[in-house]
This record gives sequence, structure tokens and C-alpha cells, in this order.
Amino acid sequence: MMMDFILAKFNYWVYVVLIMIGFYGMMTKKNLMKKLIGMNIFQWSIILFYISIGSKKNATLPIIMDIHSHAPSAADYINPLPHVLMLTAIVVGVATTGIALTLLVLIYKRYGTIEEDEVIEALKK
Amino acid sequence: METESPFLPVLTLIIPSFVSLLILFTGKRRPNLREFWTLAGSFAMFFSVWSMLDSVLKGRSLEYHLAFIYPDLSFSLKVDVFGMIFALLSSFLWMVVSVYSIGYMRGLNEQNQTRFFFCFAIAILGAAGVALSGNLITLYMFYEILTLSTYPLVSHKENREAIKAGRKYLVYLIGSSVFILLAMGITYHLAGTLDFVPGGLFDRGDNNGVLRFLFLLFVIGFGVKAGIMPIHEWLPSAMVAPTPVSALLHAVAVVKAGVFCVLRVILYVFGPEMVVNLGIWFFFAFFVSLTVIFANIIAINQDNLKRRLAFSTINNLAIIILGATLLTPDAMKGAYLHMFFHGFMKITLFMCAGAIYVKTHKELISEMEGIGRQMPITMAAFTVGALGLFGIPPVCGFISKWYLCMGAAKTEGIIFLLVFLLSALLDGVYFIPIIYSAFFKEVKGGRSIKGEADLSIVIPIVTTGVFSLLLTFFPDFFFRVYTLSDMAVKIVRGG
Amino acid sequence: MITQHFPALIVVLPLMVSFIVFVVGIFRVRWCLPLVLTTLGLCVYFSVDMLYRVITEGSPIHYRLGGWEPPWGIEYVVDYLNGFVLVGISVISFFAGMYLKESIRDEALKSKMPQFYTLFLLQVTGLLGITVTGDVFNLYVLLEIASFSAYAIIAMGSRGADFAAFRYMIFGTMGACAYLLGVGYLYIATGSLNMGDLSMLLPKLYSSKTIIVGFVFLLSGIGIKMGMFPVHTWLPDSYSLAPPGVSVLLAPLFTKVGAYVLIRVMFTIFHPSFSTDIYPVTDTLSFIASIGVLFASVLALAQRDVRRMLCYLIVAEMGYIVFGVASANHYGLIGAIFHIVNDMFMMASLFIVAGVVFNETGTSDMDGFKGLHRKMPVTSFVLLIGAFSIVGVPPTCGFFSKWYLVLGMIEAGRYFSLTVLLISSLINAVLFFRLIEITYFEVKEEGAYKIGEKNTPFSFDNLSLYSLIPMVFYASMVILLGILSGTIVEHIIIYALPQAFKG
Repeated sequence: MMMDFILAKFNYWVYVVLIMIGFYGMMTKKNLMKKLIGMNIFQWSIILFYISIGSKKNATLPIIMDIHSHAPSAADYINPLPHVLMLTAIVVGVATTGIALTLLVLIYKRYGTIEEDEVIEALKK
Repeated sequence: METESPFLPVLTLIIPSFVSLLILFTGKRRPNLREFWTLAGSFAMFFSVWSMLDSVLKGRSLEYHLAFIYPDLSFSLKVDVFGMIFALLSSFLWMVVSVYSIGYMRGLNEQNQTRFFFCFAIAILGAAGVALSGNLITLYMFYEILTLSTYPLVSHKENREAIKAGRKYLVYLIGSSVFILLAMGITYHLAGTLDFVPGGLFDRGDNNGVLRFLFLLFVIGFGVKAGIMPIHEWLPSAMVAPTPVSALLHAVAVVKAGVFCVLRVILYVFGPEMVVNLGIWFFFAFFVSLTVIFANIIAINQDNLKRRLAFSTINNLAIIILGATLLTPDAMKGAYLHMFFHGFMKITLFMCAGAIYVKTHKELISEMEGIGRQMPITMAAFTVGALGLFGIPPVCGFISKWYLCMGAAKTEGIIFLLVFLLSALLDGVYFIPIIYSAFFKEVKGGRSIKGEADLSIVIPIVTTGVFSLLLTFFPDFFFRVYTLSDMAVKIVRGG
Repeated sequence: MITQHFPALIVVLPLMVSFIVFVVGIFRVRWCLPLVLTTLGLCVYFSVDMLYRVITEGSPIHYRLGGWEPPWGIEYVVDYLNGFVLVGISVISFFAGMYLKESIRDEALKSKMPQFYTLFLLQVTGLLGITVTGDVFNLYVLLEIASFSAYAIIAMGSRGADFAAFRYMIFGTMGACAYLLGVGYLYIATGSLNMGDLSMLLPKLYSSKTIIVGFVFLLSGIGIKMGMFPVHTWLPDSYSLAPPGVSVLLAPLFTKVGAYVLIRVMFTIFHPSFSTDIYPVTDTLSFIASIGVLFASVLALAQRDVRRMLCYLIVAEMGYIVFGVASANHYGLIGAIFHIVNDMFMMASLFIVAGVVFNETGTSDMDGFKGLHRKMPVTSFVLLIGAFSIVGVPPTCGFFSKWYLVLGMIEAGRYFSLTVLLISSLINAVLFFRLIEITYFEVKEEGAYKIGEKNTPFSFDNLSLYSLIPMVFYASMVILLGILSGTIVEHIIIYALPQAFKG
């Protein structure tokens, strides 16, 4: 029963597990790079969630090849909108990562470390 | 009652604000021109107030909407009888004090005179605004302006003591304004309006508990400025300010504004009937009586003349509030009159203290033995003021105290008559020794500086002293203050 | 007609110019500032024109991006609410742009002015876009545009700014992700991303758990972005360490835009009854905000650094707005909406003062303000006005929004929050009068006070017009908004309220 419940919505469970891993990384890791990785997992899990909600059983890509034979039915095609949205979100994610890496390089150059407590220590001086 | 919508009330407020700007831009480069602005402004303003007197006496009230806040709420000015009394008082005394302060500030070569005169003008704007405002929210605005503009005046000397006094002043007054804001909010929520209505805004149906709480909020809010004990602490400390400030602001404008606001709330927001209905008047009157007595007892022990005068101020303010709280026509009339007369008498006393300080740098009463022989005119004026405060006939204080006592005699609380009498007795206890030692004791140390202070200091002192005498014999003269009080009482009592 | 494209142009124009300015900067750095100012000036024109049209026509402007019908295409909507906020944002950013050049004193950074302008314009693009868009996903994208540029531009600030920016980024991304998740849940339930469409579709689904989870995610995402307690921790560091010219833009606007989105989500996308009756979050919000306001006020009291103090004040001021929103009645919401714009100008004037003093004295410590009134009379005066407004002295605008908030809270019966609001305004008074005392009074030892008058010739603070004009403008707006408050409330804000709160 429980198993069925989990399996039926397995895509949600995957995203929940991933998001928790990401959250854990962001909150607890002292190493800024690890924090960043956690953040990335956090972001990508949401993207997976979006992509999974667009899919349907026995459906195919929403590219209509043959419009003459029969009217296209929405049930035959997966919902393309979440995918399109996620293209934007991926770009956003990449940009965030880019800025984050730049900041990390900057922090490493200035303080010689990317450990959070050591940076704070260095800033206190 | 007819209403007009003329420009005069606005003009009255424009004059000081404009003058303050002129003072600021003239600055210290041309001190004479700067002082000219102060004088010209004060005269113009008094004239503007005085020219409204006529229409007020005819029973018209002048209204002017400054700016809308919300469709049914606006900043508005309304000149009514009660406001007129206060406006006349503060604008007339501004005129006198302007002359005095110029002499005083120059005599002591004080610093930052531009700021001083600038803030002074703004403070008068605040006081006049309080007098002329037509609803609570306008009152609140000018009340705040008054508070903030007097803060630099209190801290004017910029030494540690002055700055500490300034801080204390702000903590008390800003703190209290929060109560007023809350009280205003509740009032608006209950009554749907903030306009002053003679006889009160609230329905009988409103929740009594909430109204009592509201009354408490208002009393705490405005009572701070009126120096009701135990929230009077700022007033004696604020006496470190230069004397013209103490004179005008802590004997007249600021504290009187506090009293004025308390009376506004009692008579025009709650209304006499409601105050009786709620059963709070007796407690409040009793509470205020404590202030009356204690302030005088404390005053006896003060050696610093200005501090002694400060406690006497607290005492008199409480007397005014007590008079209005008794709610009998005579007591109310006495309160109105005393508000006006006390201004004249107390400002004379303060200016005398200032004159002594300018001339001899003495602040303590124990050092002032024989001062009456050195400065006879000053001390004569001082005597007039002091006699007035304990109600000796040739001075106007007698009239107001007479009405107050008559009023008190007619209430169930006959005890309040005793309060008035006891307070007058105590007044005598701490004023008579000053006068006695000033005139009949020898100067200590033998070194005596003969002569009065500068003319610009003596003239204002003599003016207010003479007015204090004149108002006894002709209480209705020039200011028509007797008629005004009479009308004000009738309006509030709905007769 | 070009006027009908204004809703899109107000976003597209700064976006385009942000890249152009970079290219122009390679060849002629001198041309950058005029270009930026023209762009921002045009944005001001667009926003004012749109607000004017909304007021005269009495109906919102709908603009379909690329001609696609909503709910498929992206729709930009300008109504009373965001029209008003747009004007505030564009005006503030115009003058912040003017001040930006002045605020950069570091030689190494001066050579990077074009990059600064690029990021600055991107920031403005994002803020304007968030406000103008009528599409929840588009809002996310623009939110992230604004956030990126904020991370990057903050990192150019003083020592430690890079680390603060990184921390900000961690929080910001989390907020954005939470928001995105919320949008995802709404999309699952309704299949729509258009705000207007969502508001029609959602009421039938209010009992669904998906919607409630989505709502909570949306709120928490916005909460992080607007610096609501207890997820405000990124705010003080990043805003106080950012370059002064940047914090003039960021500090007043970013959080306020978040507050705007909060109002949009709670009262436009969802029907007001959802957050008051069906799933009563307003009590919780009000309670959290009360704690936050207290906490932030007390922390502000502990700061010696003026810019940090102001940052904590922002957190408190956000709490005020949440009070208004959570009152969920006529007056409360008027107060909240009015406070959004008022607070923009108050904070802008205070931050620009802090920035100017920081640049002149090299420190933003309170001691830097010592005797400021002689050296910089105008700056001190602006400080005075800003301070009065925060404390709530009429006729500055801060009083009026506070007045409406108080009325709203009395009506909603939220006495705890009301007490907190009043206590916090007392604390604000203490804060600012401490600063004013340092600025205006020079403490002297006993007996040494009679020095006559010093003759310092009056000068306009030795500042260039690029910092004077914005400063004076912000201060005059603080007063103007106060004096015109009645007109603004009567003609704009009342119409900006959701139907349920009118009357």
C-alpha cells in the first residue's frame, strides 16, 4: 500500500529527496564550493520536477508530423510548456552558477580559502 | 454658528514659517537684519491673530482646509473661542520675548544664534498651529513640530548637561506622542471623525471600558507636555536652556500647549458629560490635585531660581487642568483665565530670572540677597508676578483663582477648594522669602553692581508686569479674554 | 502608436541599453552616463504616462507580448497598483543612476564604470519587469535577472562584500527556487501561468492541497526575497557593504518590489478570502512580522555603523508593510501600498546620505557624522527629513502610511502587532535622534560654551550636482508624498485595492 503510493508518484519522491539533499548541502556544509553544489542540486531537482509534470503515459513529443490523417489529440502528446519554461530556468541556473563561481574565485584570491569559518575569521581582522 | 473660509488663519501660520526661512538665509552674516525678521514676524503674527478676534467674538468660526488626508479627513484649521485664547497668548508673548531674547542672546554672546532664532520661530509656528487646529490630526502635527523645534533650544548650550536634558526631553515627548497616535487611531475607529466638537465626539453607546482606556492614553500623551506628575521630569531638567527659551517655551508655549491639548481632549473630544458619565473625572481631578500639592512642596526646596519657577509652573498647569476637570462653569472660566494670566505672570518671573543672570550671572536664590536694591525695576516686576501667582488682589492671578475657588465650592468635591487654597499658601511660602531677601537683606560680599540689565531686557519685563496689573482691573481689555472665556464656557456646556 | 508599447518598452529598453552601454563604454566612457540617464529618464516617462493613462481611463492597460493571447502568451498588465509602484521604482532608479558615478571613488573600480552601468541597468530591468509583468513565470525570470545583477554589483563593494554577495546568493537562490516550486504547484492544478487567468481558475480549487502547498511555497520564496524575518540574514551584510551608489538603488527598491509581489500573490492571484478565511495565514504573518520588527529594531539599536543600522531598519519597515497586508482590510492595505512607495523614498534619502558621508569621511561609522552640519548643511538636512519620516513626524510621508497602518491594525484587532509597531517607532526615534544629536551638536566641556558664532561660509557641501540633485530630490519627495497623501490615496491607492477591500 505504502509502496504503491510511493511508486505511483515516484517522480515527486525523486524530486523531494534531491531537494532535501541540496538543502542539506546548502545549509550545513562549511565549504563554499560544497554549498554551491548543494545549491545546484536544489535548483536542478526543481527542474526535474517541472519536466516530470509535463509527461504523460503513452505520449510522444509534441511534434505534429501528419496533420492530414486525423485531428491531433492532446492526450497523445506530452505537455511542452514545462519543458520550455525549464529551458529558461536552466539558463537562469547556469548564470547563477557562473556568478557563484566567479565570486568563489574572488573570495579564494582575497582570503586564500573558501572555508566559510576561515573567511569569516579573515574578515574579522 | 456661521463658518467662513478666509485666509487669516493660514496667514497666521505662514508668517512664522516664512520668517524662519528668512532667518535661516540671512544667517549670521547680517545679525541685525536677522533680528529684524524675528521682530517683524512676531508683530505681524500678533496682528494677524488679533484681527481674527473680532469675527470670533461675533460667534463666527473661521475654517480652512490645508490638505486632504483621506476623503473624510483633512488637515484643517479652525479658529474657535478656546483656540483664540491660546493663540492670543502665545503670539503676544512671542512679541515680548523676541525683544527680550535679542537682548539676552547678545548680552551673553551665545553661540549658534541663527539656529536659536530659527527654531524659536518654528516653535511659535507649532504653538500657533496647536491653537488653531481644527481636528486632532492637525493638532498632532503641530504638536510634533513644537516638540522637535524646541529640542535644539533645550540643548542649545551643547554642554553635557544640556544635551542630557535635551535627550530626556525627547524621550518623554516622543514617547508620549506614540500614545497620542494610538489614541487618535482608536478615536477615529470609534467616532469616524477627528474634528473637535464642543461637548464630545462619542456616542453614549460606545464601550465605556475602551473610552476609559482612551482617556488614559490621551492623558499620558498630552499630559507629559503639561507636566502632570509623575511624568513631569523633563521640565525641571529642561531649565538648562537659555532663559528666553524657558520663559516662552517652558512657561508659555510648550507647556501651555500641553494644557491646551488636555483641555481640548476633555472638553472637545470627550465632552464634559462623557467625562462625568465614565466616572473618571473625580479620579483624574484627584490625581491632578496631587500634582498641584507635590509640585509646590518640591518647589520649596529648590535653590536654583529657574528650577523653583519650573515647579511652580507644574503646579499652575495642574491647577488649570484641575479647574477644567471640575466642569462647573465658574471653574472652567477660571481655568481659561488662569491659562491666559499665568502666561503673563510666569513669563515676567522667568524674564526677571534671566535679567539677573545676564547682569550678575547668579542662578541660585541663596546668592540673590539684596538683589532688589541693585535691580529695583526687575525685582519690582518679579514681585508683581509672584504676588499674582499666589493670588493677591492687585495682580490678575487673583481673578482667575477667585473663579477657580468659586467653581470648586460648587462641586461635590469640596476638597478641591482646599487644594486651591493650600496651593496658594505654598506659593506664598516659596515666593515671599525670595522677595524678602531681595529687598531687605544686605548684599553678600559687599560688592554690588548697581543698575538694570539692558533696555531690551527691561522693557519686556515691565510690559508683562504692567499687563499683569492691568488685566486685574480690566480683565476684558484689549484681548477680550474675559468675554472669550465666557463664550468658551457656554459653548462647551451647550448653553 | 508607440504609447501602447510602453509596458514592454519599460522593460526592453533598459535591457537593450544595458548591453549597448557596455559596448559604448569600450570606446567612449564619457557617453555612458548620458546614455544611462536618457534610458532611465525614458523609463520615468513611460511609467508616468502609463499611470496617467490608467487613472484617466480608469481601466488597466493590457499588453500582449508578441501578440500572443493570454494565457498562452506573456501578458504585461499595468493597473493602479503596479502603475504606482512603477513610477516609484523608475524615479528612484533615475536619480540613483545619477548618483552612481559620484559614489565610485575607488580608482580600480572607476575604470569599470561601463560594467557598473550594465549591471545597474539590468537591475532596473529586473525590478521594473517584476512589477509590470502579469505572468508568474516571467516574474521568476525577471526576479532572477534582478538578483544576478544584485549579486554581481554587491560584490564590487567594500571589504567582505564578495562573501556577503555569496551568502546573499545562497539565500536568494533558495527564495527563487521556492517561488518557482510554488508556481509549479499552481501550474499543476490549473495549467495556467497568467495572473488574471489564475485568479479566475483558482477559487474552484481552494480546497485542494496542491494549491495550499503552492501558496506556502510562493509566500516563503517572496519572504526570502523581501528580507522578511527570520530569513533576512543576508540583507544587512550585503546592502551595507555594497558600493554606496548601488545600495541607494538596491536597498530601497528590491525589498519593496518583494512586498509588491506579496500583495499581488495574496490579493490578486488568490482571492483575499483565501488568506483570511480559508487558509488563515494572515495571523501567522502578522505574528512573524511582529517578532521580526522587534528583533530588527533592537538589532538596529546595537549598530554603530549607520549603513548597517539602516539595513536593519529596512527589515523592520518590511515588517510594517506585512502588518498592513496581514490586517487585510481597507485601511491596512492602503497603509501597506502607500508605505511601499514612501519607504522607497525614505530609504533612498537616508542611504544616499549615508553614501555621501561614507565617501567624504571614509567611514560609515556614526562618528563620521560628527559636526556634519557645518561641513555639509544640505546633507544633514536631508538626513533630518529622512529621519523624521521614519520616526513618523507629520507632514513627512512616513507619518501617513503609519497612520493608515495603525487604523488598519485597530480595525483588524491586532493589538500585539500594533504595540510592536509603536514600540518600534519609539526605537526608531531613539536611533535617529542619537544620530541627529551627533550631527548637529558638538558636545563641549562644562563652562566652555561661550564661543560666539563661528563664521563658516555656506557652501553646498562641496558636492557635485550629481549627488546633490538626487539627495535633495529624494528629500523633497518625502515631504511631497506626505503633503499630497490625500490626493494619492484618493485617486490611486483606493483603486489599487482588491475589490473586497474597497469602500
